[in-house]
Amino acid sequence: MLNQYPLWKYILLVVVLVVSSIYALPNLFGEDPAVQIGHRTKSLTEEDKLVIEQAINAKNLVLKSSELSQGHVLVRFNDVEAQSKAKTALKEALGKQYLIALNLAPATPEWLRALSAAPMYLGLDLRGGVHFLMEVDMVAAIKRLEESLLSDIRTTLREEKIRYRGVRRDDNGLHITFRNLETMQQASEELPRVFRELEFTNDEATLTLNARLSEVAIRNEKKSALQQNIITLRNRVNELGVAEPVIQQQGSSRIVVQLPGIQDTAGAKKILGATATLEFRMAAGTRTDWLDAEESGRTPLNSILYHERDGSPVLLNRRVIVTGDQIIDAASTFDSQKGTPAVTVRLNGKGAKKMGEITRDNIGNPMGVVFIENKVETKKVGDTITKHRTTTKEVINVATIQGQFSARFQITGLESQEARDLALLLRAGSLRAPVEIIEERTVGPSLGKDNIAKGFMSVVIGFCMVLVFMTVYYKGFGLIANVALTANLIIIIAVLSLLQATLTLPGIAGIVLTVGMAVDANVLIFERIKEEIKNGNSPQASIHSGYEKAFSTITDANVTTLLAAIVLFTLGTGPVKGFAITLSIGILTSMFTAIVGTRAVVNTIYGNRDIKKLSI
Amino acid sequence: MSQTQTNNKTLINFMNKRKLAMVFSIALIIVSIGSIAIKGLNLGIDFTGGYLIEAGYKDDANLDQIRDALADAEFKDAQVQNFGSSKDIIVRIAPRADINKATIGDNILEVLKTTSEQEVQMRRVEFVGPQVGEELRDDGGIALLVALGGILIYISMRFQLKSAVGAILALIHDVIITVGIFSILQLEFDLTVLASILAVIGYSLNDTVVVLDRIRETFRNVRKTTAEDILNISINQTLARTLVTSLTTLLVLFSLFFFGGEIIHGFALALIIGVVVGTYSSIYIASSTLMAMNIHKQDFLVVAKEEIVDDAP
Repeated sequence: MLNQYPLWKYILLVVVLVVSSIYALPNLFGEDPAVQIGHRTKSLTEEDKLVIEQAINAKNLVLKSSELSQGHVLVRFNDVEAQSKAKTALKEALGKQYLIALNLAPATPEWLRALSAAPMYLGLDLRGGVHFLMEVDMVAAIKRLEESLLSDIRTTLREEKIRYRGVRRDDNGLHITFRNLETMQQASEELPRVFRELEFTNDEATLTLNARLSEVAIRNEKKSALQQNIITLRNRVNELGVAEPVIQQQGSSRIVVQLPGIQDTAGAKKILGATATLEFRMAAGTRTDWLDAEESGRTPLNSILYHERDGSPVLLNRRVIVTGDQIIDAASTFDSQKGTPAVTVRLNGKGAKKMGEITRDNIGNPMGVVFIENKVETKKVGDTITKHRTTTKEVINVATIQGQFSARFQITGLESQEARDLALLLRAGSLRAPVEIIEERTVGPSLGKDNIAKGFMSVVIGFCMVLVFMTVYYKGFGLIANVALTANLIIIIAVLSLLQATLTLPGIAGIVLTVGMAVDANVLIFERIKEEIKNGNSPQASIHSGYEKAFSTITDANVTTLLAAIVLFTLGTGPVKGFAITLSIGILTSMFTAIVGTRAVVNTIYGNRDIKKLSI
Repeated sequence: MSQTQTNNKTLINFMNKRKLAMVFSIALIIVSIGSIAIKGLNLGIDFTGGYLIEAGYKDDANLDQIRDALADAEFKDAQVQNFGSSKDIIVRIAPRADINKATIGDNILEVLKTTSEQEVQMRRVEFVGPQVGEELRDDGGIALLVALGGILIYISMRFQLKSAVGAILALIHDVIITVGIFSILQLEFDLTVLASILAVIGYSLNDTVVVLDRIRETFRNVRKTTAEDILNISINQTLARTLVTSLTTLLVLFSLFFFGGEIIHGFALALIIGVVVGTYSSIYIASSTLMAMNIHKQDFLVVAKEEIVDDAP
């Protein structure tokens, strides 16, 4: 008999619809203001959770619920006020080893969460936040590696007692010059054994040993510079207290950083891009020597001329005592005697040992603290794009060593915001190579809310208009198409929720467009049925051949749109990708609902019955 | 399989007006290309690089005052416009060499805050570096070409070469005219508009494929009549569908245009233009091309064997 569906197709449809409805459901529940608590080094436990709950209860704040997952504790509140008070209370109670971030947690009921159902993941343009694309300055990373190899070569030659004339570095690599052929031969045997990452060539005419980094070494350095920078950026973001940040590698030299819901974007930018670090060096000579050096422009052997913040010159020893890398902890405080802002730092074992030896031997001598910042900027003049690199080195403090100290000490000479930022940067670790923000997209919270409201509005209005049109134009069959369209919308939302694909404003536009285009399959089928009826076929036969004949046309038409959507997805970025995702999902689900879905309804109503006329 | 009859249907003779349509299309394309060549496109910061700051005022924003304040603060090249409402403004600045770019957005917001006694809200800050702008431009061009190429291959496989040429010409026609209108009206062309052009490609093709599909079917079923008649019959048979689908799509696009907010305007507009032009081109361009290439029954018999593969739903 015509127009009957096997039972399994009905079961499939019902199962798909029920499952989709369940997974689309979380989107109906709003979000709870929440505070997320993590720890710098360990995963939190049930005990920590108890401590946190007690700290909140102690302030008479009402918490809605708290949960422990993936080493974090998430505490939900009924309102924003309790949330921000709780953050302050927790900061006081827990100390600086804990990372505390404000968050909006989906208010999905327990039974849905048990099914791992969650609402759609909203993009930054909908929830507000900052998107940065950062480029790691690889040229600087390589230069830094070559410079450290240069000093290692010096040490090796000294240790091996090979006399050399000089070592220098330029854009072509490293060059070591010798006084005679014999020492050069010695070095060219010794150095390649120690420095496997370098490729050496002899130039006997100039008595120079040239060394270049091998391709492998360059590749490894770039890779590790990128990895190291990602780790550092992640630490910094944690310090800023952002919930659900995204920090990802993009391509071979770029990093994407997404910070949802952040308000102080200027501050965030400063912290993320900063390459500030410290160096400790002994001062050289006397104050008169410093002024002489400034005037004559000649610096004595083994010393470098620096300037303090007020512009006065300082001569510091070439040899660094301790660098910022050896600092394992830092906190901003106030100097107990002068009451000025200060940073207390703690050194690792190696640094502490060295600092201890130097300060023991130099009591009464001045030591300088150098603040170093690297910046890179890409500028476009006319049609040429060039990179400008600047390094600022300032002496923030020259103080006389009063007694021996090693692991813990204090640095002064900073303003209070600077002290806070520097402490944060020292804690999070320094960037291996300078980064430059090459793209920024910040959406304020109010615009995010507007975008959601407007996007939602345009879906609802567009959807309703299509429903009305289909009912008027196709009558009974139009109503059937409307059921399919509604089901389609539910399935799209369910798939987006399940995939946790990012929903953006163009993504919503994709959904709107799908709503308009999803009825196309039904229009094709219904027009075919109309034609068949006009050609004098019976209603049952018309339904049957209408669906059959339209099928290959529908497939062809949708495959082409899908092709365009896939190209968009692979080649597009950010918001464009969001559009491609919803469009592709919409095309696939609409084929299912418009063909299988409407056929099932049509068969249920008309199948296996004697009918004279179709409502079409 | 039932015979396709046409006698009881209103038959509009589309094909006898195809010369007129050709002239109309060629004129539109010349104007579009001319405008793109002379006026160029008003490229958004996605492609040029630069800064864009959107801010919301509590009351109506005084644009002149804002321009003066920005000029005093060394932002003489700033373009200030209302955005969506009289309370919202948008400031655009070309990439500059002389200012530390990491903070420029914040600097401008500071200046804006001095122009009103009430709170000025940051709504959006966008910065695209020159290297990124260049890449996005290249990637966009590649995306267009890959989409066109992929579609050409698919259509050549499903139909035959003459149909594929017709479909691709219709596509290029739609893309050039849509982009041309953006150039003539100097509407901002950004990433979302590019996405929308790619969606136009998908949509326009969708429309054309339905017509081509019917042409193929009619050629096989209807005997003893001219190619011109067959094209006319096919276009008429698919006309209702073409118009209904375009209408439902336009309904949702207008909803997007009017209610989706200012950010999505260009996107919705490009699609509206594309759908209108695509509807027209699927009726005329593809079939006129087939006529011009002297299409006949034999062209479709070659692939007849493959047709059996099609499965019922």
